[in-house]
Amino acid sequence: MKYNSVFDIIGPVMIGPSSSHTAGAARIGKAARNLFGKEPTWARIHLYESFAKTYQGHGTDFALAGGLLGFDTDDPRMNKALDIAKERNLEIEFIEDSAGVSHPNTARLIIGNDTEQIELVGISIGGGKIEITELNGFELRLSGNHPAILIMHNDRFGAIASVTEILAKYQINIGHMEVNRKDVGKEALMVIEVDQNVDDSVLKELEGADHIEQIAKISS
Amino acid sequence: MFRTVAELVEIAEKENILISEVMIRQEIDMKDKSREEIFSEMEKNLDVMEQAVEDSLKGVESVTGLTGGDAVKVQEYMKENNPLSGQVVMDAVSKAMGTNEVNAAMGTICATPTAGSAGCVPGTLFAVKNQLNPTREQMIRYLFTSGAFGFVVANNSFISGAAGGCQAEVGSAGAMASAAIVEMAGGTPQQSADAFAMTLKNMLGLVCDPVAGLVEVPCVKRNAGGSSLAIVSADLALAGVTSTIPCDEVIGAMYRIGKQMPSSLRETGEGGLADTPTGRLLKEKIFGTSV
Repeated sequence: MKYNSVFDIIGPVMIGPSSSHTAGAARIGKAARNLFGKEPTWARIHLYESFAKTYQGHGTDFALAGGLLGFDTDDPRMNKALDIAKERNLEIEFIEDSAGVSHPNTARLIIGNDTEQIELVGISIGGGKIEITELNGFELRLSGNHPAILIMHNDRFGAIASVTEILAKYQINIGHMEVNRKDVGKEALMVIEVDQNVDDSVLKELEGADHIEQIAKISS
Repeated sequence: MFRTVAELVEIAEKENILISEVMIRQEIDMKDKSREEIFSEMEKNLDVMEQAVEDSLKGVESVTGLTGGDAVKVQEYMKENNPLSGQVVMDAVSKAMGTNEVNAAMGTICATPTAGSAGCVPGTLFAVKNQLNPTREQMIRYLFTSGAFGFVVANNSFISGAAGGCQAEVGSAGAMASAAIVEMAGGTPQQSADAFAMTLKNMLGLVCDPVAGLVEVPCVKRNAGGSSLAIVSADLALAGVTSTIPCDEVIGAMYRIGKQMPSSLRETGEGGLADTPTGRLLKEKIFGTSV
């Protein structure tokens, strides 16, 4: 089930004009910011199909900027987000991309600062609901119905055990888990769907676990 | 958990509860929250809808100037005249358009199920309220009933114009409103389902063709269509008229029709009304580029 709550249908409360192109775009921007863990200083955003054709009219541009600045869908500053981004020295470039994609409302965000960057693909599936389908080249299959922890790590023995040990200590149950790597001994990604929201203190502890590079969480 | 309208109606009939109650109980189960928390969350949405309607009746205008002010025009007309389609229908139309005028002006609204179709549910609610005199609780239940039907559509078909055309947006929204009106008026769960089906049937095939890609023309006036049709279908169902094609099959038809729509008619601003001489001219005026 793509939608699991009545509030996916009646809601969100948002600044107009479009739930998929404005509210959904803001949520994709915010998910990117949360995964990056801080405010980026630059962003290159590729827009596809309906996003590419109508982003100016729908305010997709300011909504993505608003999300990157950490705004919620109903933040009254939303339609000023492009100006606010400039004030905060966040440089954003929009690229209308004609490449084929599987969903009409697709955005690829590459965001970063002087030292690090992340790349993710988000789709806006309607009514403000979004899915993150790709992170740093790894395909994601998140249901979005449960909170998830995304862990970039090095492909070494013990990395997974050190993470699950910490979750067990805090009695956090794993509902679904996937591990993927670029190549033997290289960059890898753990995707862990859990049953309850995870405290920041737990994330901090996970960051200190063996071979862990970067951690982010997605609330349901 | 219900996945289809048939299951939704069956649960309501078997347990002898309202459609809204089925939705509320499912939400309590899924979210592990109390009834009070869920009601108060929904009441916040109701407050936003009420405020948007209020704002629109003061008169709003979008940045482009394409939309705004029609909700006020209709209210003034209603004061001086006896509208041919009746006070309740025109009141709903005015409040539905008003909500979408606020949306187009980048004001605050509650998506139901989307922003482009956000007028139908509140527009009808604040109009039929004057005749049915519901309690605050019944008004909140109206949103749960709408949501229950929208939930089935979203999981079995689509609710965005980019995926399935305007039938998925204003079609779904108007149909959701029909079902909720029936419940508020004291109809049965099956009558809600019939009303839903009759509205959606009349919206099948409706394309998403916004001029200049903006949620303004024709979106604002399509909410007038969706909300008036919602009331007519509710009346039909309450009169005992049933839908020959069952609700879930209508939703299935909507899905297949949407899948057959070319991308030019799914919120790209390239076909339909967007591709008329006036539509192209407006785009050029607003963005300074020719199509």
